[in-house]
Formats: sequence, structure tokens, C-alpha cells
Amino acid sequence: MKFPDFDYVSPASLDEVLAILAERGDAAQLLAGGQSLMPILAFRLSAPEILVDLKNVPALDGIEIADDGVRLGARVRWRDIERDASLNSAHPLLVEGTRNISHYQVRNRGTVGGSLALADPAAELPGIAVTCDAEIAIAGGAGERRVMAADFFLGAMATSLAPGEVITGLRLPAWPVGRRWSFMEFSRRRGDFALAGVALFYDLDTEGRATGTHMGVIGASDHPHRLTSAEAIINNSRLDDAAISAAALAASEAVDPNEDIHTPADYRRGLVKTLTGRALHEAASR
Amino acid sequence: MLIKFEVNGAAVEADIEPRQSLADCLRETLHLTGTHLGCEHGVCGACTVIVGGEAVRSCLMLAVQADGESVVTVEGLSNDEALSPLQAAFRKNHALQCGFCTPGIITTAHALLTEEPDADADRVREVLSGNICRCTGYIPIVEAILAARAAYGGKQ
Amino acid sequence: MNVETPGNALIGQSMERVEDLRFLRGRGQYIADVNREGQLYAVILRSQIAHGQLLEIDAAAALKMPGVHSVITAADIGENMPTIPLRLQPLPELEPFCQPMLAGARVRFVGEAIAVVLAESQAIAEDALDHIDVKIDPLPVISGRQSADEAATLLFEEHGSNTAITWTAVKGDTDAAFSAADYVRRETFKVQRHAAMFMEPRGFVAEWDAEHEHLRVWGAAKVAFANRRILAGAIGLAVEQIDLIEVDVGGGFGSRGEFYPEDFLIPFAARFVGRPVKWIEDRREHLMTANHAREIECDVEIAATKDGRILALRGQCWADNGAYIRTNGSVAPRNAAQYMSGPYAIENIHLVSSSLTTNKTPTGTFRGPGRYEGDYVRERLIDLIAKDLGLDSVEVRRKNLVPEAAMPYPLPTITPYEVSSELDSGDYHALLELCLKEFGWNERVKLQGQLIDGRYHGISIGCFVEGGAAGPSEDARIALEIDGMFTVYLGSAAIGQGLETIMGQIAGDALEVPFDAIRVLHGSTDHVTAGFGSFHSRSTAMGGSAILLAAEALREKIRNIAAAEFNCAPADVILDTDRARGPGDHSLLFAGLADEPIEAEATFFNKKSTYAYGSLAAHVAVDPGTGQVTVLQVSSTKDVGRMINPATLEGQAVGSIVQGLGSTLLEHMVYDENGQLLTGSLADYLLPTAGDFPNIHSTIIELKPAPHIPLGAKGAGQGEIVPVGGVIANAVANALADFGVEPYDLPLSPPNIWRLIEAARGAG
Repeated sequence: MKFPDFDYVSPASLDEVLAILAERGDAAQLLAGGQSLMPILAFRLSAPEILVDLKNVPALDGIEIADDGVRLGARVRWRDIERDASLNSAHPLLVEGTRNISHYQVRNRGTVGGSLALADPAAELPGIAVTCDAEIAIAGGAGERRVMAADFFLGAMATSLAPGEVITGLRLPAWPVGRRWSFMEFSRRRGDFALAGVALFYDLDTEGRATGTHMGVIGASDHPHRLTSAEAIINNSRLDDAAISAAALAASEAVDPNEDIHTPADYRRGLVKTLTGRALHEAASR
Repeated sequence: MLIKFEVNGAAVEADIEPRQSLADCLRETLHLTGTHLGCEHGVCGACTVIVGGEAVRSCLMLAVQADGESVVTVEGLSNDEALSPLQAAFRKNHALQCGFCTPGIITTAHALLTEEPDADADRVREVLSGNICRCTGYIPIVEAILAARAAYGGKQ
Repeated sequence: MNVETPGNALIGQSMERVEDLRFLRGRGQYIADVNREGQLYAVILRSQIAHGQLLEIDAAAALKMPGVHSVITAADIGENMPTIPLRLQPLPELEPFCQPMLAGARVRFVGEAIAVVLAESQAIAEDALDHIDVKIDPLPVISGRQSADEAATLLFEEHGSNTAITWTAVKGDTDAAFSAADYVRRETFKVQRHAAMFMEPRGFVAEWDAEHEHLRVWGAAKVAFANRRILAGAIGLAVEQIDLIEVDVGGGFGSRGEFYPEDFLIPFAARFVGRPVKWIEDRREHLMTANHAREIECDVEIAATKDGRILALRGQCWADNGAYIRTNGSVAPRNAAQYMSGPYAIENIHLVSSSLTTNKTPTGTFRGPGRYEGDYVRERLIDLIAKDLGLDSVEVRRKNLVPEAAMPYPLPTITPYEVSSELDSGDYHALLELCLKEFGWNERVKLQGQLIDGRYHGISIGCFVEGGAAGPSEDARIALEIDGMFTVYLGSAAIGQGLETIMGQIAGDALEVPFDAIRVLHGSTDHVTAGFGSFHSRSTAMGGSAILLAAEALREKIRNIAAAEFNCAPADVILDTDRARGPGDHSLLFAGLADEPIEAEATFFNKKSTYAYGSLAAHVAVDPGTGQVTVLQVSSTKDVGRMINPATLEGQAVGSIVQGLGSTLLEHMVYDENGQLLTGSLADYLLPTAGDFPNIHSTIIELKPAPHIPLGAKGAGQGEIVPVGGVIANAVANALADFGVEPYDLPLSPPNIWRLIEAARGAG
């Protein structure tokens, strides 16, 4: 499965990248880690005329922890997140969620920006981004803009990225001490794409009840989204068994499951129910 | 395009097309056929090489992306006189049968133990889950890698 | 010739393998590593439609592309398109179902070869595929048994039905047994389509020497001699004009090495264009072209006494054989019927097994062909008997295993082909007890059906036999070289099983020389006069026995030569390590004994299969919320008669078990109703990985030697895969006893198990 023919450039600045994208339009394809793009090219599902490698563009691979949250440059790799000791406390949900991504060799190359741009419904980072009200930073011909993750993922492999634009980073809001959280997914084998997954967190009010509950689902619909009906059940509750069961059921009814050769829709729905319940139990017992 | 990089400690030059993978450049242009192609879509791990100290799937990298990099293949992990401690551990533990996945697993194991000489069985299995072996069932491979830790400064 | 069993200096040792020295250094030579000067690269154009009339192939645009050399179609091969003959069980009734080397007027499965594109590079050849216009008029698709049974659409009109052949396995009188039985249970079981999925893609390099009219083809595996005969017939050459050369081979498992269209197309292309041609398949292609396996539906009834003594088995099986019957496509359906009784004494059997043709990839053998399927059905039925009659499932097995005193114990006779076989030797009960002990049955059984930490636990055990040492014969040739080294040439093929090392051990002991004095060459047709290759666990028993004969003959020759020099009788010559010794102080080194190599060649003939045997137990935990089956422990025991290399034998056992677990829990070739293969990559086809099954333990012993093999070794390369499906399914049923879940269909994937539990919850 040899790649189709294409040109290759690795510009040394973001401006150059944007200029090439503007000039070549649809014929240009951005390349970061290549762990999703290269298989697509190997199967000849796409035929770009030129690959634009971001590897030499500066200032895209930083991890910053500040008062307003965690910033990840678009070229930050899963490996970098795994090995950054301070991220464990700065954003444990991010670290735990991304721990599930793929395999050792892929993690050495796969990137934050690549995952967000691909928008695979089963991918962990888009799910985490939506759950956590993250913001995606985008550069384009008209300058820079920011988009809320919830508005960015439109469908399977579809985002609101406009032609000629480049994702430059992701900002996750600050993570307070004492927050309760869980990330749970189910896959057939370790490192496989999740058949379904749930990311959630809540804080506790002064009376020990859940507040500000955020619950997001991955892999069960054509894009990640919040489980608002389940959140409403958990908010103001003490996460007793009845509340958790009700929330799990609500979550399973809130998804519109897609089917594939491994996963019938009814099963996917059942997984969401199971994983939501387990994730809530885990968060409550932290 | 002319690219210049380092393979197994030696400086090399290669005239390649942009679409040529690093795996094919190593195998066809540089005649280092120890790196194998089992799937060419980034799943089986037989093509694993070490770039800049990190294990990568060479079927998912373009040769042009290796320009300026330092690459180590399975050939660079051995010499003619004796097997390396990692290779000897594989042989002793019967950790290979047909040998096709072996170079990819050896390079992965070498990268892992170089960075994490105290990796335990769970970590070894986690890392190995990116390499497919159809012959051995993996158990002797895990045993071999654990046995080789001492040679990397890890536990006995 | 009365052959003595050799001593145990090398045999029985877990010697480190000689193959490893090159494999570990990345210095193996696999077919993708072979190149010939001036070679063109071949890529095969394949049908994307499952069934249709092939109307037109327009390659004009492709031929204009720089670097594209030619496009070969059926028209270039001629009016008499050769077909792939059957290698095993070649019956005339199967001839209409043989696959043409290139599709002619009809295509019958997605992936069927339509044309061969030759170009200066692989990438350019692949580019060319997009520029070839193929017109196919679609026909209705036969996607499974139901549509195969309807006579409306036929894959082979001349034949009149989509059933290619029906086998019948008969023993005793099932009608009488069923009428008299206290207890009868009937169920339908299904095994899903999956495949051997070896890691090295197939390939060939072919070179035609026009001046000498000689063809050399690299990439042979498994059965090079048979393939040479087939190729010679198809391409119109004499066998002597063809060399098939075996290089290093990255796994076979029964699938690689059978004759596929490319085995003809690539050599044909080389002769046609007058340049060497190299073809290496890619994984996507492999998924749709290398033999699939195992897809079968079995409607089987078992009869027993009320205390659990099995009286009879009867039923019908339908195997989905895909679009053509290839070289060994009839073996699995036949074996499923003939060997369904396994190690159990079942006196009355009537099993009918049909091969259906459908618009899918053709099927062939995969490790333990038909036996994995048959054992799954039988072991499930045994556990159902135990449950229905309130008996202990281990006790039911003890009651029914063939006792040693009853051996040789006849298996059913299969028709057509009229072959029968007998279980040769063994103490089946002893291996069952050993397995129970190794597994820790008495402790683990306390967890049976228990819910612990959110998962239900289940354990089960099953018994199996492994047929091996298929005849009719195998050749070996041994040469004493001028430098004193011994070269062993074998017809057996290497596919990763450590052949060079194992045969070196056998040869070393047979010749009474050190291991380092031996070199083993194998597989290629220029090594021995005739060979049969590696399949049905035969290399050690057959090839090893041929080595014993050749070694004996060579030693006699050496003694004769030395005796002439020493002026004594050959009987007075002693062969000692590296020299021959005569009376007094006479001695002559092997090195330089003659001016040219001294050779002996021998053939070992055998008609009776060997049966290695044993038991396998498993402990699983089932998560009702996800349907996930986690395998906590598998323990297996096996008696092989004689072990040559315990380490490689254990390696085969563990590898075989993990393949069985993959078959039972993960692997699946999925088609839609249009015959499109949806399993398009290794991300879809789920193979076991390192984290999935970490607790496997195999115990292999030497208890009862093979009665008809001089080495005493029984064929032993694949057996442990055979019981895995039945044992895991029984363990899952035991785990989910509270729900009353009984799985009948494989794979035991999470959605399938989850649905069974939900259905049980709904009904209960």
C-alpha cells in the first residue's frame, strides 16, 4: 500500500503555512504526527497534491500551566502529556483520558492538533475538550480566533475549521483542587479506539452535594457531546445509588449511537449506561 | 529530494521521492531489510525503528521527515561477534518463531528499556500491545524483555 | 529397514535455535527482501464486485503512464485458462468449482484477480490501478447459507446447485442408538469466518531464463513439490524446468503455501514479458485473498444414557466455502464430521457435512482445520448433557474418554474418499487428571458462577486429540561434505517452527555427531527428489523419520569407505564424533574422507496418522455490563510420545492457544449482504495482543510413544487450538449460569455476550 504521489514542504513559520494553504486550497493537507493521516493515504482514501508539515513551525509544542488553565500547543504529543509530571495534578482528567490513546509507537508521534482536526467520534481528546469547556485556538488568513470545543465538532470527521485554517492549540480551563472526576472507556483491546467512553467531573458545594456537573460522551454518537439530562440528575445530588442509576439510564437514552462492524447500536447504548454508572461511582469514591 | 540523516551511527544520503516512506527508504534505498512491512497502515509494529531515541512506526513516517534525524534499526542493535543481551534473552526464552515481527519488537523493547529499565510486566505488556505476533502468544517475549532489564541497569 | 531409535544427546534438549541468530539480527531473508536485476513490480487488479459478468477491461489509460510496462489479462493467458487443482482429496466432482488463475467471464468474490499490472516500481503499479476501467454487470449475491440454498442464483450453472460436495461420516447405527437412548439433545452451533492471518504478507519473485528455458521462483512455502507440479501443468513446462525456492517464511498456519492464483500469475508474467517480476501483497489485499477459514453451521444431536454415557452423534453441517474450492478447501468440512468425536468413545455416528459456494473469499485450512469447529460442537454438547442430567461435567468426560485398552480405536469412515483412521495410543484419562491438577481445578471450581467484583466467574475443561504425521511419505538427503560437516536436505518446509534446529537435533543424534557439525537446508525443490512439505503436524514425525533412514544409510556408506581403507570388515568400523576408527590405531577423519561429498537419500513412508492428545482448562470472568470475557487462566496438557525440543514445543502450544483465544473472542471476517468484505484492515480484524491473554500454561509430556514412527514422536504443532472454542464457551456458560445463558454462536464478542445476558434478563 504505497502512498499516492504528492509534494512535500516543511515551512519554518506559521505565516508560510497559511500562505501555502491559501494558495493551494483543497489540494493541500496539513501533516503533524501523521498517525491518522498516513494510513488514510496508504488506503488511498484521499489524494492531496501537497503535504504541509508543521514540524518546523515554532511555538506549537509547549505545555503551559497557568492560572487560567492548561495550554497545549497543537504539536504536543501524547508522549509529552504522559511525561509531564505537573500535568497529573494540573489536569488529572486530561492525563487519565489520554493514557488510553493508541500504542507506544503512535504516542511518540500523535498530536493534540491532529486529533482535534481529525474529529474521530471515538477519539478521547475531542471528548475531553467538549466535557471540559475547552477552547480551540485557530490561526487563519483573517488572523486568530478561538472556538469552544462544543461548537467545533460537527459530525464524524467534520469540524468548523474553515479552509486555510490551522489549529494552533487547546486551552482547558483551570482545574480546582478537590474536584471529583472520572474517565472511563471500553475497547476490545488495550489501545484500540473506544467503543464508547465517558468523561465527567463535578465539584462539591458546602453541603457536599454535586454542583457544576459536566459529563461528556465519546464514541457513542457521531461527535462528542455533553449528557445534559444526566448532568441535571447529578447536580444537587449526593451521588447516591438511585441518582447514579437514573443518570446512567438518562445518558444511555441521550445518545444516538452509530453502528459499525464491531458494535451494534443497542450494545453501544448499553455501554454508555454501564460506563456512566461506573464513572460516577468512581468519581464519588475518590 | 536529497535527504541526509544518520542510520545506525553512520551518516547517509538518499535521493528519495516525497511519497517514499521511511520504511521503504531503509529497505530499498539503504538495503537494510531487517525492518519489515506487515501491514503498511500503522497497526502491526513490524516496521518499528528508533528515531531520535523514540520508537516509531516507519511505515507512517516519510523518508523526508527523517532528514537531519538519527535513526536506529534492528541492524544497529547487534554486531557480528555476539548477540546483544536483549537478543540473547530473546533466544534463551524462545521469544521468536517465524522471526517476522521480531525486529519491530526488538527495537521497541530496546527503546523501552533504554528509557525505563525498571519497567514491570504490566508496562512491558502495555508497550508491546502495539506489536502483533501471530506465532508466540507473547508470553516468552515478555519474559525475555524482563530478563534483559538487568543489562540496561534495571532490576534483576 | 529396522531403524533404531537414536539416543538422547540432542533429542529432548531445549536447544537454542540456530534460526534465531539471523532473525534477531534482522538478517533473515524473507521474500520481500529478494530482488533480481531488472525486475518489474506486479500489482494485481481485483474485483470490487462480489458477483458479476466481467464485460470489459480497458487499460489504455494505464498503459500510457510513465513507468507502466504492461497489463496482463485473461486474453493473454489464452483460451484454456488453467485452474487451481485440488491438492488434498482431489475428487472429480469438485472440478467445476476450481478457481481460474484470472477471472474470465465471471467474477465471484470481492478480491478475485482480474489483471496483472507490471511497472518499474510498486508505487507506479498501484497508481495504474486507478486508471484501469473495469466493466462488471452485477449478478445477485449469494451471501450465506440461505441464499446458497435457493437455486435462483448459481455460482456455477453447470453444476445445478451451490452445494459443491457433501461428506458423510459413518460409524455404527445411529438410528438404533437414538431410538434406545434415555436422553437426546439437539442444538445448532455456528462458528464465524476468520483466518490464519500470518504476519508476513505473501510474495513471489520469478525469473525466466529464456536461453535455458528454466524458471526460478522464490517465495515457496509449505508444499513446494506439489506446487511445482501444479505450476508445471498450468504453465506448460516440465517439472525439471522449474525451481521453487523457499526463503525465510513469516508464518503459515495452514494458509500460506497453498497454491493461489499468484503462484501461477507471477511466473507467467515473468516468462511473458521476459523480465524478472516481483510481487508482494499488501495487508488489505491479504484480507480478501488469502484463504479464509472455519465458517460453519452445525445442527447436531447427541444421545446418551441417563448416567451420561454418550451413545451417538448425528447431524448436519454446512460449511461456507466461499466462491471456489481451492487446493484444500474441502478438508475442514470433512474433518469437522470425521473428527467430531475427538478423544471420546462414541460408537454410533452419522454426520453429514456440505461445502456451500458463496460470493466470498475461498476457504482453506487453518490450524486444526475442522477440528476446532467439531470440538466446539462436541464439548458444548457434553456440558449440556451434564447440566440436563444433573451430572458433574468432568465425570461425564471421564466416563466417555477412549480407554487405553480400546486402542487402536476406530474413527468414523468418511465418504467419498473412503479413508478411515484410528486413535493410535494414549492414556487420555491421565492427561485429563494432569490438567485438572495443573489448573488447580479443585480451588477454582469454588468460584464457579460466583459474582466477584462485578464479574461472573466460570471454569471448564475439555479434551482433544491432534492428528499428525500425514503420509504418504517424506524425503531426506544427507551429505557428508569434504570439510567434515553434514548437510541435511529436507522436503519439509520451514514456517517458523524451528525446523532447522529440530531436524539438526534429530540428525545429530542419528549420526552421533555434535549439533554444530550439522547444517539443515529445507523446502526448496532443488534439495531433494520429492517432498511433501509441512502440514498436518507432519514435519517432525515424517521428515525426522526420513532423516533417521538417511542417516543410517549414510553411516553404512561411511563405514564401507573406511573399511576399504582399513582393510577390515565394515562391521569392525566404529564411527566416533568426527572420525571413523578401525581395528588397531586406524582412524580417518570424516573431513576429507573422499574427494567429493558422500550422500545418502531416503524416503520414509507412513499411512497411519499419529494422535497427540490432552486436555485444556480455562477460567474466565464475564463483565455483564460490557459483555467482556476476560481469560484469567488457561492450562493445557499434552502427550506427544517423544519431545525433540521441549522449548519449541511449548512455544507452539502457547502460540496455538492464543490463536484459539483470538478465534473464540476477537477475530471475525465480516461481509455485508452485497458480498463486500467489511473487515478491511488490521484495525477491523482483531488479533490477540500482548495484554489480552497473559496467563497461559502448557505442560507437555512423553507418555505413550507413536507406535508407527521410529522416532516415537507424534505430530504436535497445532493441537492446543482445537479445544479452545468449546472450553471457553462452556466456561462462559458456567459463569452466566444465574442468567441461564447458553452461547451457541461464535465469536463470544462483548456485544454477543451482552445481548445474551440482556435477553435472559428480559425473559426472566
